[in-house]
Amino acid sequence: MSIIQVTNLKKSFGTLEVLKDINSEIKEKEVVCVIGPSGSGKSTFLRCLNKLEDITSGHVIIDGHDITDPKVNINKVRQDVGMVFQGFNLFPHMTVLENVTLAPTKVRSDKKESAKSKALDLLEKVGLKEKANSYPGELSGGQKQRVAIARALAMSPKIMLFDEPTSALDPEMVGEVLEVMKQLANDGMTMIVVTHEMGFAREVGDRVIFMDGGYIVEENIPNELFGNPQHERTKLFLSKVL
Amino acid sequence: MEAIVTALPYLLDGLQVTLYIFVTALILGLIIGLIMALFRLAPLKILNWIAKIYIDAIRGTPILVQLFFIYFGLNTLDWISLDKTTAGIITVGLNAGAYFAEIIRAGIQSIDKGQTEAARSLGLTSSQNMRYVVLPQAFRRMLPTFTNQSIISLKDTSLLSIIGIADLTQQGEVATATTFEAFKIWFAVGVIYFILIYLLSLLANFLERRFELR
Ligand SMILES: Nc1ncnc2c1ncn2[C@@H]1O[C@H](COP(=O)(O)OP(=O)(O)OP(=O)(O)O)[C@@H](O)[C@H]1O
Ligand SMILES: [Mg+2]
Repeated sequence: MSIIQVTNLKKSFGTLEVLKDINSEIKEKEVVCVIGPSGSGKSTFLRCLNKLEDITSGHVIIDGHDITDPKVNINKVRQDVGMVFQGFNLFPHMTVLENVTLAPTKVRSDKKESAKSKALDLLEKVGLKEKANSYPGELSGGQKQRVAIARALAMSPKIMLFDEPTSALDPEMVGEVLEVMKQLANDGMTMIVVTHEMGFAREVGDRVIFMDGGYIVEENIPNELFGNPQHERTKLFLSKVL
Repeated sequence: MEAIVTALPYLLDGLQVTLYIFVTALILGLIIGLIMALFRLAPLKILNWIAKIYIDAIRGTPILVQLFFIYFGLNTLDWISLDKTTAGIITVGLNAGAYFAEIIRAGIQSIDKGQTEAARSLGLTSSQNMRYVVLPQAFRRMLPTFTNQSIISLKDTSLLSIIGIADLTQQGEVATATTFEAFKIWFAVGVIYFILIYLLSLLANFLERRFELR
């Protein structure tokens, strides 16, 4: 069974229909990269998967829970769905360690000590254990994004959503973040990654989704989609970015 | 000098009353302000309206009229009986609350939406998000305007002498009547208010440094 099922998803902002009819299934441990021109609805699609955006119509089923059903406790579902943002969105008034332990201690009521030791393990994994007591303002962009990944992982999510996680970074810092994501993919995390990093999509992705104008125009394994695109719009987009 | 020595016990009594009213009214104002700010931002229209009416009513009328309405006006209702001090605290508290509400609302709205999105994506409820993520950051930003409003509220307490509350200002009058030294006494009263406000600013500066965003 798929861990994410999206059927007839539509999303409008006022009269502007941004997602027109999205259907997709994502299997456990799959790494799906979403590409497409600016304004095509990639971020909106991702944000519908954890209901950061209200869903206009259709169904989004996350690990068996239909989050369009108002009776489903969305806070509970969100614990299983980590999200990493383009702008990091670390909490500036908390240390790195506090950023990572906030949700485990407040949402899941973990004991302080166990949350702390798990957080330190995660920070070690992203190579930032020595920054545990720093504040976000003291970190570089690449370090901030790695902390943000550790913060999301602290809730032991089943799914990780990434919205252009390297777009706000200086070029020399992109690599360190992609490296952490690659490792995460190797560990078997289910990941959906909106990205402009075609190299990453090709190397790490199991599947690539090309979106344009609120639709999924085409999806395929990376080699096929990049090497043998079927639609004109895909070809046009790829000719610009590759 | 003799006049001041004679007057000092009066003035210190008054200072106590002023401080008591100020601190209680400030706490009341903060509680009301926080609730009304959350009402203003709530997704429920009726709550928005309650907050808006309250804030507009307070901001649109002089505090002296509010005091008279609460002390003389409300007290004519036979199921209400407020003593002077309570009426004074309520007036200054309600008044400060309206301004605090606007300060807190602006502070909350000044926090980047991404903060809330990150918190909610981790599974925090909207009240946990407020409590742990938004308000602590907003608080730091609000401190300077908070300080200003607190100083205004402290000065507002001197109006309460009009209904006979024995605050610092009222005791200044008593002391003047006893010593016939208006110049010295009112100068001394001014100095005491000045010191109070100075201490308040020091406290605010300390808090600002303590909660500085890194
Ligand atoms: N909160 C909002 N209110 C109104 N319109 C919005 C909102 N969020 C997004 N949109 C609009 O929806 C469309 C799709 O936006 P979205 O952010 O999903 O695109 P995207 O594919 O992620 O683009 P980019 O590559 O630039 O990030 C755009 O036209 C955008 O202006
Ligand atoms: Mg986007």
